[in-house]
Amino acid sequence: MNRVKVWVTYLQVAPLALVFLLFLIVPIATIVVVSFFDYNTTQIIPAFLLQNYEELLLSSVTWRTYQQTLQFALITWALTLLIGFTVAYFVAFHVRSSTMQTVLFLLCTIPFWTSNVIRMISWIPFLGRHGLANTTLMNLGLINQPLEFLLYSDFSVVLAYVHLYTLFMVVPIFNSMMRIDRSLLEAARDAGATGWQTLVNVILPLCKPGIAIGSIFVVTIVMGDFVTVRMMSGGLSASVGLMMANAMSLLQYPAAAANAVVLLLLVLGIVAAMMRMVDIRKEL
Amino acid sequence: MQHGKRGPAFWLLGAFFCLFVLFLYGPTLTILILSFQGPSGGLTFPMNGVSLHWFRNLFEKQMVGDFAGSLQRSLLLGMAVMLVTVVASFSAGLAFRSRFRGSGILFYLAIASLIVPSILISLGIGLLYRVLGWDPAWYSSAFGAHLTWTLPFGLLIMFAVFNRFDRRYEEAARYLGATSWQTIRHVVVPILLPSLIGVGLFGFTLSYDEFARSLYTAGTFNTLPLEIYGMTTNVTTPVLYALGTVTTGVSVLAIALSLLSVTWLRRRRTRHGSDAGKAA
Repeated sequence: MNRVKVWVTYLQVAPLALVFLLFLIVPIATIVVVSFFDYNTTQIIPAFLLQNYEELLLSSVTWRTYQQTLQFALITWALTLLIGFTVAYFVAFHVRSSTMQTVLFLLCTIPFWTSNVIRMISWIPFLGRHGLANTTLMNLGLINQPLEFLLYSDFSVVLAYVHLYTLFMVVPIFNSMMRIDRSLLEAARDAGATGWQTLVNVILPLCKPGIAIGSIFVVTIVMGDFVTVRMMSGGLSASVGLMMANAMSLLQYPAAAANAVVLLLLVLGIVAAMMRMVDIRKEL
Repeated sequence: MQHGKRGPAFWLLGAFFCLFVLFLYGPTLTILILSFQGPSGGLTFPMNGVSLHWFRNLFEKQMVGDFAGSLQRSLLLGMAVMLVTVVASFSAGLAFRSRFRGSGILFYLAIASLIVPSILISLGIGLLYRVLGWDPAWYSSAFGAHLTWTLPFGLLIMFAVFNRFDRRYEEAARYLGATSWQTIRHVVVPILLPSLIGVGLFGFTLSYDEFARSLYTAGTFNTLPLEIYGMTTNVTTPVLYALGTVTTGVSVLAIALSLLSVTWLRRRRTRHGSDAGKAA
């Protein structure tokens, strides 16, 4: 490569690199630095203390919150994977015309481009005390009084997660499925495999990269979430994100920062484990 | 599976798919209907008449905070983010076609930007501004925070697009004496235009709807998702749904415009075939 061309290349990536430097690397570094700071009720004081970490890790609330967040992530992961895989499988292998495939795929992805907050709010008329679910069940005579757990509970939190994030599973898994050579399926059938055997022994292993990418998205989003838990649980459930937000609103910035560092390490650990299953660059 | 009559598996999976679509769209359609609730109507069914009462209510400033202002800010911010996302992703996509020193690191930074939880980015930028003594604002800190979310998407899309791009078009242009700039302007951009529109759609809608990354970065003046979130805690009338309908309307408009222009470009391309020679 000649000199001019090298400079052109660097110029071309400069905006991207600058944004990542200023708004990703420096802020994360700031969090790490501030997590060692001291603080009182009005200000943060530069220092090098391990106290924020000590207080965080020695509190049983922290461990319970992390456990609950991991539990949300695990349940959401399992449900979105199951639903996302089934939906992608239907569109990729049971819909015959490619136009129809595109239309159905778009139908699944359009909600991704609309507001999450609004999509959460839209559950109120369904799940509320006088919502559609309760009135229907009461009219059918199945229950005598409204079910309270429908809105503002762990149930509604998981429901909202599945509602919001299943398409993060559908898209990469669908992408993996569309790359599978159709003659492999024919070969499997000719060799006497049933539809189910083909699914388990041929399609599923070839979808692993898509499944890994979708899982990374869903798990990292749920691990860092705070608004869904706040809105859908009505303050009844906790999450790590919510814990940080509470510390922030009490102006305990170093405490929030220490929590952020712990969360970041945990998330990166989970992602690193999943990345071993897939080479993302190959998937594009 | 590919020929002949549909088996039971098809109908079973088809039914599952329909339920999934109902699950995706049902709630949003419900608040769409409920936003036309009569003046005495509540947050749930039944409808107490049909009216535009709650939409009028939305634009009365004292009722629901600063809806018009936050909408305006979110639209402006979304367009700025869209523009930068398209230009920066495209130019980075061009560069990433050849290996350069640091390309690996930059790629992993983009992936990191996707997987680091949004609230950490928000918190980090908020803290940074506090430490530096700067005031966060929607056009500075929130703008940067949104770009850390839209740029990785844009970049990954450009990777996928350039992997499928036939470089012989560019070579042909060069042999015919086009400069690099002319090649990009008259060959690469027109061919990739539909994908660039797609990247723009990501840029605009992701920014327009972003909540967590705006939380500690928007400063004094709220963007729309923050405003809506604030309303959920103190507004208990269908005006909330009216807001939802308007917001979703803007998103749907953006999606429809993108899809229409992509379809239009495709049609035009098949109709005209090549436009060789017209550029000069």
